Amino acid sequence: MTDWRYRLAQQRGTLTALAIFLVMFTIYVSNHPAGFTPNVVQTAANKGVLLALVAMAQTFVVVTAGIDLSVGMIFILASCVASYVVVGSPWQSATGVALVILTGLACGLVNGLIVVFGRLQPIVVTIATGATYFGLALWLRPNPGSTPEFNSDLADAFTGKLLGLYPASLVALAVLVLVVWIPWRRSVVGRAAYAVGSSEVAAYMSGVPIRRARLVAYILSGAFASIGGLFLTFFTYSGEASLANGNTYTLFSIAAVVLGGVSLFGGSGSAIGAIFGALAFRTIGDLLFVFDLDPLWQPLFQGVVLVLAVSLGAARLFQVRNRLDLFN
Amino acid sequence: MATENLQPVRARFQQILRRFDPAVATAFGCIVLLLLVGSLYSSNFLSPEYLLQQLKVASFLGIIATGMMVVILLGQIDLSVPWVVTTGAMMACAAASYGTAGQILAIPFGILCGVALGLMNGFGVAYLRIPSMIVTLAINAVAQGLMVVYTGGFSPRDTASGAMRFLATGTTIAGIPHALIVWAIVGILVVFLLSRTVFGRAVYAIGNRERAAYLSGVATQRIVLLAFALSGALSAFAGELLAGYASKAAQSMGDAYLLPAIAAVVLGGTSILGGRGNYLGTIAGVILITLLQSILSVMQIAEFGRQIIYGIVIIAMLLLYGRERLAR
Repeated sequence: MTDWRYRLAQQRGTLTALAIFLVMFTIYVSNHPAGFTPNVVQTAANKGVLLALVAMAQTFVVVTAGIDLSVGMIFILASCVASYVVVGSPWQSATGVALVILTGLACGLVNGLIVVFGRLQPIVVTIATGATYFGLALWLRPNPGSTPEFNSDLADAFTGKLLGLYPASLVALAVLVLVVWIPWRRSVVGRAAYAVGSSEVAAYMSGVPIRRARLVAYILSGAFASIGGLFLTFFTYSGEASLANGNTYTLFSIAAVVLGGVSLFGGSGSAIGAIFGALAFRTIGDLLFVFDLDPLWQPLFQGVVLVLAVSLGAARLFQVRNRLDLFN
Repeated sequence: MATENLQPVRARFQQILRRFDPAVATAFGCIVLLLLVGSLYSSNFLSPEYLLQQLKVASFLGIIATGMMVVILLGQIDLSVPWVVTTGAMMACAAASYGTAGQILAIPFGILCGVALGLMNGFGVAYLRIPSMIVTLAINAVAQGLMVVYTGGFSPRDTASGAMRFLATGTTIAGIPHALIVWAIVGILVVFLLSRTVFGRAVYAIGNRERAAYLSGVATQRIVLLAFALSGALSAFAGELLAGYASKAAQSMGDAYLLPAIAAVVLGGTSILGGRGNYLGTIAGVILITLLQSILSVMQIAEFGRQIIYGIVIIAMLLLYGRERLAR
C-alpha cells in the first residue's frame, strides 16, 4: 500500500469536513447545559439529518458539474405529500412512504429530462421547475397542517432512539449511504457522473454513457430531497408549503456541499463529505443558542460563518504557480 | 458602376441581419402573443393606461435585470438580489428619517450600501476566485443577517423619502410614469457602457474567455469587481423605488425579484454561460415576465396555479430558443 498518500489526498475534502464537524460538535456539546447525553445527540441529529439528506441530494448533481436549485422545493413538496399519505396501518403507511419517494423521483426525472434532452442550463431549469414544484406544494397545502390519521408511530420510530441509545434518524442516514450512495459511486453511472463532471468532452470521447449518468444523478437527487421532506414531516407531524423554508434549504444545501469538500465545478467530492458539511453547518447555527446569545443574531452569524467557510476555498490561491491558472 | 454602389448597401444589410438575434425576435413575438391572449380575455388589456401601468411595474424588475445582465454577461450570477434590494430600501428609508439632510441623502446612501455589498461579492468572485453562485448566496445571507439585527425582525417604521415616492409613483404630463423614465435612463447608460466603452468590451471578452481577456491585457479582476458593484447598486436603487412605491420598506420585499430577474435576462437571449446577449433582449424578457405575471393575476388564478404556470412557461420558452448547441 504505497498509494495511501494519493488516497488520502483524494479524501481531503471529506476529512476536512469531518474535522470541522468534530471541532464544532465538541464545542457545542461541552457548552451544552445537559452535556453529552443521548437526548442532546438525538435532537442535534434530527436537525442535522434533514440538511444532510438535502445536501446529499445536491451532491449527486454537483458532481456532474450541474446545480439543482429545486432541491428545497422538492423537499417541501415531498413533505406536503407525506402529510397526506403517511397514514393508517403499516401497509398503508409503507405505500405512502413509497408515494412520497416516487414524487421525488418524478421531480428529479423531470429536471433530468429537461437538462439532458432539452440541453438547457441546469441553473435556469431548476429555478423554473422549482417554482412549479412549489406551486404544487401550495396547491396541496394552502395552510399548514396534516391529516388526523397521520401515522405518528412511524414518525416517532424514525425520530426516536434505536435501542434507547442511537438516534434512529442517523441510523437511517447511514443505511441510505450504504444502500444507495456507495453502490452508486461504484456503479458505471456513478463513475460516469464523476467523469462528466471532470470533463464532458473527454467523457464523451471515452464512450462514457453521459446522458444516462446525468439523468440518474438528477433522479437520485430528487429521491434524496423527497426523503428529506419525509423526515421533515416525521419531525413536525405536518406539511407546510413555506417558500422561505424551501429557499433556505436550497441555500444551505449548497453551503453544506461546499463545506463538505465537493467542488462546485464538478468531478470531485463525496456525499459523505456533504453529510459532515451539513452536520457542521447545523452545529454552527446552534452554537449561538448554547452560548445564550440573542436569536436575532443567528442569521448574521450564520451568514458570516458561511462567508468565512467559502473563503477557505481561496486557500488554493497560494498553490497557484501560474497566474493563468486563476482563470479556468 | 451599379454593382459598386450596391456593395456597401448589401454589406450594411448583412450587418443588420447579423445583429438580428432570433432569441430577441422570439421574445418579442411571445409578448405580442401574450397581449393577444390577454385581449381575448379582457378588452382593456390593450388600453394605453393598462400598458403604461405594466411598464411602470416592469421598471423595477427592469432595473434589477439590468445589473443581473451585466453579471451574467461575465459568465457569473448574482444571487444576492433579494437582500440587496431590501437593504437598499431599508437603509434609504432609515436615512430619510434624519431630517432634511437625510431626505436628500437617502437615495445616494441606499445605493452606497448596495455598492458595498456588490463590492464584497465582486471581491470574492474576482480576487478570492470562489464561484459566484456561492459567494453571492453567502453575501445575501450576511445582508439578511444585518437587516434582521437592524430591524429586530420586524418591518421598520421609517417611511420612504419624497424623492423616492416621486420617482416611483409620479407621472409626467403625458401620463408616462417616472419609474419608466428612470428605467430608460438606466438602460441607455448601460447600453452605452456595454457597447461604447472599454469596460463593456471587457465584460463581453471576459464572458467569452477570461484567460484570453487576461492575456490581451484586460484587468479582468477589476472589471469583475466593478460589474458586481454595478449590479449591487442597481439592485439597491430598485429597492429604493420599490420602497417609494409602497412608501415603506418591508422584510423579504426583494424575494420576489431574484428568479424573475434571471428569467428575464435568460429569456432575452443572453447566454447564462456569458459573453453573448444584448440589452434589447433583456427589455423584451422583462416585459414578457411582467405581462405573464399580470395576465395570470388578471385571470384570477390562485397563487399555486401562477407558480406552476410560471415555471412551465419559462421552461417552454427556453426550450423554444434557449438550447445550447451540442458540445462536440
